[in-house]
Amino acid sequence: MQELINRAKELLESGEVARVLGWKAGDLPYNPEPAYFEKAEDLKDFVYNGFCGANLSKYMIEASKLEGKTMVCLKPCDTYSFNQLIKEHRVDRDKAYIVGVGCKGKLDIEKAKKLGIKGIESVSGAEMSDACDTLTFQTIYGEKSCAYADAMLERCHVCKGKDHMIYDEIIGESRDTKDAERFAEVEMIEAMSPAEKFAFFQEELSKCIRCNACRNVCPACSCRKCVFDSTKFDSAQKANVDSFEEKMFHVIRAFHVAGRCTDCGECSRVCPQGIRLHLFNRKYIKDINELYGEFQAGADAEARGPLTNFTFDDCEPSIVAERG
Amino acid sequence: MYKIAKENLSALFQMIAGEQELYLPVNNNGQVNFAAWTEGANVDLDTLKSVKSPKDAFFPQSENLYTVTKENKKIKIEPEALKDQNFVVFGMKACDVKGVEVLDKVFLVDPVDTFYAARRAHGTIVALACHEPEETCFCKVFGVDAAEPVADVATWMIDGELYWKALTEKGEALTNAVASLLVDADEAKVEAEKEAIRGIVEKLPYSDLSLDGWNGDVLLDKFNSPVWEELYKPCLACGTCTFVCPTCQCYDIKDYDTGHGVKRYRCWDSCMYSDFTMMAHGNNRTSQMQRFRQRFMHKLVYFPANNDGMYSCVGCGRCVEKCPSALNIVKVIKAFENQGGEM
Repeated sequence: MQELINRAKELLESGEVARVLGWKAGDLPYNPEPAYFEKAEDLKDFVYNGFCGANLSKYMIEASKLEGKTMVCLKPCDTYSFNQLIKEHRVDRDKAYIVGVGCKGKLDIEKAKKLGIKGIESVSGAEMSDACDTLTFQTIYGEKSCAYADAMLERCHVCKGKDHMIYDEIIGESRDTKDAERFAEVEMIEAMSPAEKFAFFQEELSKCIRCNACRNVCPACSCRKCVFDSTKFDSAQKANVDSFEEKMFHVIRAFHVAGRCTDCGECSRVCPQGIRLHLFNRKYIKDINELYGEFQAGADAEARGPLTNFTFDDCEPSIVAERG
Repeated sequence: MYKIAKENLSALFQMIAGEQELYLPVNNNGQVNFAAWTEGANVDLDTLKSVKSPKDAFFPQSENLYTVTKENKKIKIEPEALKDQNFVVFGMKACDVKGVEVLDKVFLVDPVDTFYAARRAHGTIVALACHEPEETCFCKVFGVDAAEPVADVATWMIDGELYWKALTEKGEALTNAVASLLVDADEAKVEAEKEAIRGIVEKLPYSDLSLDGWNGDVLLDKFNSPVWEELYKPCLACGTCTFVCPTCQCYDIKDYDTGHGVKRYRCWDSCMYSDFTMMAHGNNRTSQMQRFRQRFMHKLVYFPANNDGMYSCVGCGRCVEKCPSALNIVKVIKAFENQGGEM
């Protein structure tokens, strides 16, 4: 982390960047927040550890409109989102100085809490400098610990790899934390009968409270004005209606980001109701892989997306009927 | 003071639900929220905080107000029926009960909100003391005693037994209705539990949070502070904080075209949303900074200004746990403290 702070200080002081986009230490041991640092002395609050899960690529949409360059800290998986945003002309590559930060898997404090760890006063083992094997919590109810991997975000279990897809320099080491098959859950659902599938998604989606956190955090959801925010649209964004969320809202959103979603997992990370929203996106990714050939959105900033391109090898519309 | 063994609680719930609707914390697909009791519901009294607060029981997230239909050439307006059946909300925590007190200040003053008033009149609150408060809790700061909830009935879960004490007439009535399942208990264990809870609360990191400088008289000082400009930046403008909050009370009223009529409904609004308080002339808050500021000014300045100093935050800490960007009211209060705030 110190190396990162030193570099940020250098870039700020030399005037090469006007601000640094990273994370500021929180007031609990696990709640750092995305933050801009404009002065070198502000960097005393800079933090980078296992709890810095937020994907800062989306913040670069706004940062691209500001005067001067922004040094942005991107983890390997965040760089896919950044590439995709370049492709969609939503961020300005020239306005970013990308520091690829090392990542050994990011943490979900709720997972630790579900293991019965509560009253947390401090955490050790979440710093990026060590092996990231065990988390030790000092709590008002005594010392508790859990394996690092047991508190990792879902997305880290299907890690896309330790390489940054775009960067100006890399600081810190990364490791591939993949220990599960990316499409295993999707295959499980595919094997269900239509009635079972419907029941599964109904159960998941009826939890939705329409807070729109999934949409607002999503780097692929970068429309200037969302259709669900339109006052002229019949299903106002705000009414919490199970039937709409179950059959429409999340399905519409998933279709809209299909072919552009990098599977960054932010939607599932932020959902206050723990809805496994990534399942939708992953189903579309799996289908695209099968119908148009392997494709990873954001692997580069140039390639045409499978759904915005035409080739003679593309599947025919009849595929819908054939697949049932 | 009465008590009931934990293993008899399902009989208690069945007995209550036989007479009236019963809402209580239910684990549904891994998430605990208040829901109607049903046979076989996965009741969870151990999880400290439901994801959403139980305010839905009195002020549901979406509700119809009236329906307009056309019959021949006449327009028929049918108001939605008011709640006229008794119900029980079981397992509310002290902070959430205080949250209802905040809502009362909004909905039970003139002009009284009849939908809300009907639910309040028919609802009995059975509160549960917080056996093991967590680091995100700061109810003490707002004068809430997690050890002794002030509701129709107060309960404590101690060593596999639920201790039960009626505090109001409604509470007495419910106690009488389930008396056959309750046995007499002495208060000693409950007193010890209260002491233990208060001891834990003292140790919580947010318990010493200071509200100095936050009151109804600092309106312009706080409103014009440059601190907001820094604070709001990580905000994603989602509605999570407002929708899990036990005191957020803003709502919007809209018409839904059913194809053969109109349903006028209301649903919770969020000051974080771009069309919050949008009017015919446009929107008086055009930036996210202004909307972000609104939430905290409302809770810590405007509300106390209009309600004899009562804040409209109860320190439940749900926003602390759920904000995707790790922002929350505690950080706001601290930021003003650190920067002298009153500029």
